[in-house]
Amino acid sequence: MNPNNYLILAGILFTIGAFGVVLRRNAIIVFMSVEMMLNAANLAFATAARTTGTLDGQVAAFFVMVVAAAEVVVGLAIIVTIFRSRRSASIDEANLLKY
Amino acid sequence: MIAALIGLPLFGATVLLLGGRRTNSWGHYFAVAMSASAFFVGVANFVSMLGRSAEERAVENKLFDWIAVGSFQVPFGLHIDQLSIAFVLLITGVGTLIHIYSIGYMSHDENRRKFFAYLNLFVAAMLLLVLANNYFLLYVGWEGVGLASYLLISFWQHKPSAAVAGKKAFVVNRVGDVGLSIAVMLMFVTFGTVTFNGVAAAADKADATSLKLIGFALLLAACGKSAQFPLQSWLLDAMEGPTPVSALIHAATMVTAGVYLIVRAHAIFDLSETARTAVVVIGAITLLLGAFIGTAKDDIKKGLAGSTMSQIGYMILAAGLGPVGYAFAIFHLLTHGLFKAGLFLGAGSVMHGMHDDVNMRHYGALRNAMKVTYVTFGLGFLAIIGVPPFAGFWSKDEIIHAAFGQNTIIGLATLLGAGVTAFYMTRMMAMTFFGEARWEKDVHPHESPLVMTAPMMVLAVGSVFGGLGLKFLGNIDSWLEPVVGHGESEHSISNAVLIPITIAVVTAGASYAWITYGRRPVPVVAPAEVSLLTRAARNDAYGDAINEAVFMRPGLHLTRALVWFDSKGIDGFINALAGLIAGLSAQGRKLQNGYTRTYAITMLAGAALIAFVLFLVRL
Amino acid sequence: MNGESVVFWITAIFAVVGALGMIVSRKAVHSALWVAFAMVNLAVLYFTLQAPFLATTQIVVYTGAVMMLFLFVLMIVGVDSSDSLIETLKGQRLLATFFGLAFGGLLLSAIASTVALRNNGLDVANGDYGGNIQGIAHLIFNRYLLAFEVTSALLITAALGAMVLAHRERWTPRKTQIELSRERTHTSQVTPLPNPGVLARHNAVDTPALLPDGSPSQASLPQQFRETAQNDDASKEVTS
Repeated sequence: MNPNNYLILAGILFTIGAFGVVLRRNAIIVFMSVEMMLNAANLAFATAARTTGTLDGQVAAFFVMVVAAAEVVVGLAIIVTIFRSRRSASIDEANLLKY
Repeated sequence: MIAALIGLPLFGATVLLLGGRRTNSWGHYFAVAMSASAFFVGVANFVSMLGRSAEERAVENKLFDWIAVGSFQVPFGLHIDQLSIAFVLLITGVGTLIHIYSIGYMSHDENRRKFFAYLNLFVAAMLLLVLANNYFLLYVGWEGVGLASYLLISFWQHKPSAAVAGKKAFVVNRVGDVGLSIAVMLMFVTFGTVTFNGVAAAADKADATSLKLIGFALLLAACGKSAQFPLQSWLLDAMEGPTPVSALIHAATMVTAGVYLIVRAHAIFDLSETARTAVVVIGAITLLLGAFIGTAKDDIKKGLAGSTMSQIGYMILAAGLGPVGYAFAIFHLLTHGLFKAGLFLGAGSVMHGMHDDVNMRHYGALRNAMKVTYVTFGLGFLAIIGVPPFAGFWSKDEIIHAAFGQNTIIGLATLLGAGVTAFYMTRMMAMTFFGEARWEKDVHPHESPLVMTAPMMVLAVGSVFGGLGLKFLGNIDSWLEPVVGHGESEHSISNAVLIPITIAVVTAGASYAWITYGRRPVPVVAPAEVSLLTRAARNDAYGDAINEAVFMRPGLHLTRALVWFDSKGIDGFINALAGLIAGLSAQGRKLQNGYTRTYAITMLAGAALIAFVLFLVRL
Repeated sequence: MNGESVVFWITAIFAVVGALGMIVSRKAVHSALWVAFAMVNLAVLYFTLQAPFLATTQIVVYTGAVMMLFLFVLMIVGVDSSDSLIETLKGQRLLATFFGLAFGGLLLSAIASTVALRNNGLDVANGDYGGNIQGIAHLIFNRYLLAFEVTSALLITAALGAMVLAHRERWTPRKTQIELSRERTHTSQVTPLPNPGVLARHNAVDTPALLPDGSPSQASLPQQFRETAQNDDASKEVTS
């Protein structure tokens, strides 16, 4: 089975994630889209590990998961904080930091 | 040795200006000492020059290379010859006397130290002017004189009239300075050098037009500095300065610079008939104009100022006569320096005794109250109107004689000038020292202290014997011959005929003045019903009005137009550019709209671009 | 077509469907479930890629922990809130479509046009230390030890950060029971507030109680659910 297929799948998932980030307004869904993009990257890492015959790619994917977990904790805390003050989870509402 | 001449007064000025208030107590003595030592150095130079033969008397002393740019080589060099030494002795000698006089005259002024510092600076700048060995260095001294005159004329700057007079002198001089700088540039272009010797050597190879242009530019410079028509207007206003300054400007420094410049540049004027004619015409106009103004002035200093204009006109005229007249111009300059300084110091002494009143209609019968001033002023008076054997007679007669040799009309003009001079000087004499007392009630005329009268006495001696001494003892024309050359003019009238005629004209002028002002009572208030000519003379022949109409108003409009163009055109363009950028920035700022998703799109676009580039590279 | 291909095509299609479901769902909860679905499928793909450790971690950490955290937050924010799909930013959709398609197209065409990668397989690498987990452990604790330690620092920092962000400072002293009872007797509502869902169709926390006259009572809802969109649905349901 051609490993390129895995990479193409990773690319499709990444692109869908990017669409989610730019199109959705709910901060939590945007966040999920980011997670989707990270997962796509992980898939590419795992594919690379198998094609090269080393485990380094899998370790990298593992680190990505760790970082993603940390990011989710902080990001969700921020979303909750913003929700508390603005009573909304829409990222368009948090637009005070501008020109 | 030569450098010390300039260095001593410059050192004095530096010490006094940098030393500040702690030099207040001894500053004036120090300045006098510096000026006097410069005089003694000058005398030493003179003595050593006497010891050499006529051809070896000129000495060049190059201190250092000043400007060396490609073919433009200007040394900082000093040049002393028979012409320079005459000026050095006049400047330092008369200058020192004026310094001494100022000790008394300025004794109550709280800025006396500054005054002496400026006097020293004036002397130093004038010495640099006459000792430079090239036109460029001369220009430095020229500007230094302008600066010092500005500082001194507006010395009593708390008076608006003095401040304005200083500014006016500076601005009018600037017009002349432009002439000198143009002349220096033209010289460099034409001859490739600006040293006196280099220009003199190369002059006869240059074409006539260049020589003419250089001559005109030099004449313009001389007009500015020597207050010749049409740049004469500053001189009368310059009377706002303290009287010693007037004496210094009119006798020893400043106004003589123009005459020096023309005589020094004789190599150019010798070769250009047109330029010489222009010089003669300017001199003739000025000598009559000055005398004309002098006749109507009630202000004693302004009367003397008109007289200076007139006398400098004589010198310029003489210088314009060519080799025949150079020596006489310098001769008259030297005698004039002596008697005019004496007259000014005398006028200062009168003012000193009259509570700084300058109106001669408030004087009268001062001969008993101020004996020394009366006698010294009187001797100066006799010298200036040209009574033999006083100083002015010898020099003025030579000029009149030479002028007749050149052209009868010019000769007649000088003759008429002599008569008018006799008229207004006699008028001044009569109004000041004779007639009945017309003093204000609280004025008690008194003689000035010795420190003021002593220089006046010295100058009075000079007024009496200066002409005789220079002519017969000093042989002024043969002394100057190695520098300026010698020319014999074909004399249409011999001296034996001319001298009686001159004396007759002078006597007529003096008698008419005596009848008008000496015998009849002088009204205390100037009569308002006067002829048109008198009114013109009182208004300085409308020089200011003409300047204002011809230069000031068009200049004002031009300036306004330029300001408009600058603010609306150039600034408008710049501001429009700035506005455009500001507008674009204001639009560009909108990109930073606070919406996270817009930023995300930007990132996506960047990623797409990178992918695109990678794709291109891969292909 | 071997077994791997079969698994790949099924899970790949599922994963893409899950991802698309995430971005088209109006309700955030649905999105979260679609993501979880896609992630489980990815975990299956990790198995086929000879990465059992990653697959397990994917299920335990991502699907189990991270996605559940998302759901918690959704509960706080309002589980039933749904986005309106009307775009408010001008040109956003157009630009997003253009750049997204450009990026995706270029990326995929780049991958597709590469020569087929060789499939080396991980049997040797996994066999060196007696298994995939042992091999990864060896790498983490040897070659990537420093990175591993740094991630621990990162996790602690993240935990602290989340605490700081979620923390609310108390500015007034805590009210005592006496004060609370006094406060209550000074309002018109002396009795306890109605519980949500009382007499309503269902007893979800965001469904208002019905008053005896049949009208919904906002007072029965927790603060953050009052006056929000879904209440209208609930009242409509009740009144219909």
